[in-house]
Amino acid sequence: MTRVCVAGVGVIGSLFAGFLARVADVSALTRREEHALALNEGGLRVSGRADFTSRITASTRPEDLSEPELVILASKGGDVAQVASQLAGHWPEATVMTVQNGIGADEIVARHGEWRLLSSVTFMSGTRHSDTHVEYVLDTATWVGPSRGTTPADARTVAALVESSGLKAQAFDDLRPAQWSKLIFNATVNTVAALTGLRHDPHFAALDDSRDLGHLVRGLMDEGKAVAAALGVQLDEDPWEMNLLATQRGHRHAPSMLEDVQAKRKTEVDMITGSLVREAQRVNVPVPLHETMYRLIKAKEDSYS
Amino acid sequence: MRVCIVGCGAVGSLFAANLATLDDVEVWAYDLAQAHVDAINRDGLRLTGAGDVVGHPRATTDASELPPCDFGIVATKAMHTAGAIAATAHAFAEGCVATVQNGIGNEEVLAEHVERVIRGTTFPAGKITAPGVVQWDVKGDTTFGPFEPKPAPQAEIERLADACTRGGMPTDAVADARGPQWRKVIFNAATNPLGALTGLTHGRVCERADLRALVTRLVDEGKAVAAAQGIELDADPEELIDYAARPEVAYDHKASMLQDVEARRQTEVDYLNGGIAEFGRRLSVPTPAHDTIWALVKGVEASW
Repeated sequence: MTRVCVAGVGVIGSLFAGFLARVADVSALTRREEHALALNEGGLRVSGRADFTSRITASTRPEDLSEPELVILASKGGDVAQVASQLAGHWPEATVMTVQNGIGADEIVARHGEWRLLSSVTFMSGTRHSDTHVEYVLDTATWVGPSRGTTPADARTVAALVESSGLKAQAFDDLRPAQWSKLIFNATVNTVAALTGLRHDPHFAALDDSRDLGHLVRGLMDEGKAVAAALGVQLDEDPWEMNLLATQRGHRHAPSMLEDVQAKRKTEVDMITGSLVREAQRVNVPVPLHETMYRLIKAKEDSYS
Repeated sequence: MRVCIVGCGAVGSLFAANLATLDDVEVWAYDLAQAHVDAINRDGLRLTGAGDVVGHPRATTDASELPPCDFGIVATKAMHTAGAIAATAHAFAEGCVATVQNGIGNEEVLAEHVERVIRGTTFPAGKITAPGVVQWDVKGDTTFGPFEPKPAPQAEIERLADACTRGGMPTDAVADARGPQWRKVIFNAATNPLGALTGLTHGRVCERADLRALVTRLVDEGKAVAAAQGIELDADPEELIDYAARPEVAYDHKASMLQDVEARRQTEVDYLNGGIAEFGRRLSVPTPAHDTIWALVKGVEASW
């Protein structure tokens, strides 16, 4: 059986751990001691689109866990460096797969060790009811691609493992087209939702009147597309089309950044919009709209911190 | 002289109470808030804070009670201008009507209903603390001038300015009031919505370097739109922004738009950022930052 360690056990980490434990030997590296204890005692329950409980070995220290072949680093974007530093010096033979929003998580991990790396983005979503119970809500895919020291074949192996567990996955020879499509989509939809309080609904596609939100959404997406183009990345999906499709489906999805500001939590804006702005600066493409959104979100965090 | 204040909220009340202290001015106050109107008719209209004044205007919620007036001073929120002037226009058939409202575009609405319009802008501010009682937070100047397409006679503008000044509201009558008006609009449009979107007070908006730079972008776009119309600002809005950020002035002040957003009331963004953006479009002056802020605040309103 493949040995997998999930490092960072929030919603996404819990979904990976719960499902993969059905086809692999899964351990979990948690931040909190009581989280590890609860998992060791009661296992991890998955509900929603499935209903089962998985046995998982958990700890806050890598040295307590057996060496895995695959590490899924599923922490929030802001915690990647901290988790990677915790892994430093351990498991040199393992492959580490990052699943954060935005881009650049694999580069951060690369600074902490010589592991082979895979890059991924996930579109699945869930709700965390407790340390030991996660609900599987949106059964959309996780996209996997090669990064440092890995090949498309490695990406296909991991995607196949994820698929066999009951989650959806797809391997890409080059993840950047998909990653940039999602980054542009996320940087736009998350910040607009967080600042307006609107869920991702038809307002985001409205273009009838000059003040309609669709113009801003499209402007933000056009800036992102210019950055991708300057980097030589050919987008795999047009973010504006993704926006039209999502708003027409009528889900009125609440983007995570909206939930974060409503709960007065720190947002992932540094990983999402921040990484887009940093890449833009690297290739000298002006992104004044994204800079404006970034500043407003940081200031909003400031108002409740 | 007979003057009717149309919209007797905080700013309208400052004009109504002060003008009512003059022997030669008969003041009427038209407002839809019955409790405020009843309190004014029973106890008078009381100002506290920056000045202690009790005036006795005649207040009504019924526009048909209004007698013919020499002057109207419209002080409603900008989105209520059309309704308020449509109801009261009969009283100004022979008179002149001034606006002391926020934003741009109010004179155009007034001119659809009355013949002689006075462009105006005012800096004093306050808030209603109880029916019939207004806290006067900030004193400041008022400027009146003709609204060019349907101007009031300059002598009449001077007569109204003189009455306001004698009543305790220092007011200038000028040939072109657009400079002060655009300075105030730019000030409001560059700062109010940032408070509304982030939840920060005026002082905290200004002390974040990244946000202060955004304020300057909004100011610069506003200045370009003003310049394209040949408007000379009477002073740099930046000075007013920095002045207001001082601890002893308005550091802790929650912009009216932030108060509106917190109370889930419609904001004046259409007349501030929207006004600048619309003028910019007509004049081919790009206003991307105002467009962004306008769309975001409209989104906030749509989320309720």
